[in-house]
Amino acid sequence: MTDATIAAVHDREAAAASRRHFFSRTIIYALLTIFAVIYLAPLLILVFNSFREQPEIAQNGLIAFPRSFQLKAWAEAWSTYCIGGTCEGMRRNFLNSLWMAVPATMLSTLLGAMNGYVLSKWRFKGSEVLFTLMLLGVFMPGQIALMPWAFLLGKVGLTNSTYGLILIHVVQGISFTTLFCRNYYVSIPDDLIKAARIDGAGFWRIFRRIILPLSPPILIVTVIWQFTGIWNEYLFGVVFTSGREQPITAALVALTASGTNVRAYDVMSAAVLIGALPPLLVYFLGGKYFVRGLTQGAIK
Amino acid sequence: MSTVPMDAGRNSASGAPGPTWRERLARISPILILAPSLAASFVYIFVFTIWTLYISLSNSSLLPSYGFIGLDNYVSLWSNRRWNIAYSNLFFFSAFYIVGAMGIGLLLAILIDQRVRGEAIWRTIFLYPLAVSFIVTGTVWSWLYNPTDGIQMLVRSLGWTHFNFALASDRSTAIYAIIITGIWQSSGFAMALFLAGLRSVDQDLIKAAQIDGASTFRTYRRVILPIISPIFLAVAVVQIQFAIKTFDLVAALTRGGPGISTTFPAIYVYDLMFQRGQIGEGAAAAMMMLAALAVVLVPYALFVVWRHRRESRP
Repeated sequence: MTDATIAAVHDREAAAASRRHFFSRTIIYALLTIFAVIYLAPLLILVFNSFREQPEIAQNGLIAFPRSFQLKAWAEAWSTYCIGGTCEGMRRNFLNSLWMAVPATMLSTLLGAMNGYVLSKWRFKGSEVLFTLMLLGVFMPGQIALMPWAFLLGKVGLTNSTYGLILIHVVQGISFTTLFCRNYYVSIPDDLIKAARIDGAGFWRIFRRIILPLSPPILIVTVIWQFTGIWNEYLFGVVFTSGREQPITAALVALTASGTNVRAYDVMSAAVLIGALPPLLVYFLGGKYFVRGLTQGAIK
Repeated sequence: MSTVPMDAGRNSASGAPGPTWRERLARISPILILAPSLAASFVYIFVFTIWTLYISLSNSSLLPSYGFIGLDNYVSLWSNRRWNIAYSNLFFFSAFYIVGAMGIGLLLAILIDQRVRGEAIWRTIFLYPLAVSFIVTGTVWSWLYNPTDGIQMLVRSLGWTHFNFALASDRSTAIYAIIITGIWQSSGFAMALFLAGLRSVDQDLIKAAQIDGASTFRTYRRVILPIISPIFLAVAVVQIQFAIKTFDLVAALTRGGPGISTTFPAIYVYDLMFQRGQIGEGAAAAMMMLAALAVVLVPYALFVVWRHRRESRP
């Protein structure tokens, strides 16, 4: 008899527990769904509006399910829409950003890899101090460097040019890339390097044959971090370039600010998406590495 | 029979045929490689900072000039109402933004930590805003806040015809628009760090707590969160840096308006230097931004070093 009651109590408890479990699961998924909607909504609204016709947007508002369809806005945003007098769309600014972000990313990553190699495997007296000093660059606010850069770029004739921005982003990026690579290379066993040196391998040989083949994970992280950071940068872009030379972030602000009477939400949505697409692509393709860079960049 | 490089070194010291240029090159390569980066970083970090510091003490207006005027620029900066608004906005924004982003980030991390299905998908959704620029985010949200086209219109069209939501166009509330948008953009970042922290907690500790009969909530509050407390500090420090440097978000969202209600130090520096030609005072404002960063980062760095030392001690 006692056994039976115990079993009954047990059953009741189990049922309650499973009900509680079901209840808490529902709450978890409900909350996650609500947040997911909030996070996805702005992106969806952009995508929808870039395909809706302007009169329909004006009538039903920005946040509405599409009842019309057009591809025109994308074409217009890409090549013919007017920003402050010039009617070339975002194409030129998109290419500016590309010509800025790709070389600056490659250069700063290359320098970072070599610096990291020296600072982890060829330490010399004072190299740790130098490393710490270089790290300070990570924290510098861009505003401190604005006047000096303006002066320097003026001196070497690189104002209003993509090359000027490349220079800025490389110098600014070295701190990050060196930090990333150095911290990664430190975990490569020193014995490996010692063995190679005994075999007669020199500085470059060790770099090419041992360090570089082990580097892809950190290089991907660094490239993603640098590319998205440089592509998304706005302050230097808006200060040191104007009009046709602007990177896409600065052009987007000019575009959305120039709306005189009727705001062409369809074209502006397409333009904003064009500006967001490359980093989003990088994020969706290299998500794992993106997150790794983020956590490393933060914990420093 | 010792190693080759050592022999080479001894030869050169004893005046015998010196090392070939190849060996010499190999020996100075590390320094040569590091030199350009070191020089650039040195200029960027120290020369630029001292330069800006000097300009902030000079009578520069439209162009840099080097007449020393002491702290006049700082005095005039701090007696300016707009700068005071900018600085207090920064504190106000930082407080809400950091608490909000960390709160939501922690909540999301804990939710995802409950062995949910499709973890990668949830994570991808909450993190993607971080990949796009503040310009993109700010632009879209400025449309959503726009009373005639955005959220207000949506709710009114659903039947609540007197619904009011004009956050960004009202002086007294525009800063909340920036706070909400900032939280939206970066709570995923807090989530990622918290999640990494939650995953690093020793599973045995959690099991022990559960065997003792602790509820999930209690386990988190008493066992897990105390263990990952250093992450709270790290997240906060990164967020404060964001907040102090933030220029793009405000530029895209409110451009400092309506009026001067959402002016921030970063915006003000830009205005002084490039719109009004008051370089000296702009440099002073930039130095104040650096000071704000230092106030946060120096104690944090000292704390981290202190913790390292304490942990490495037996």
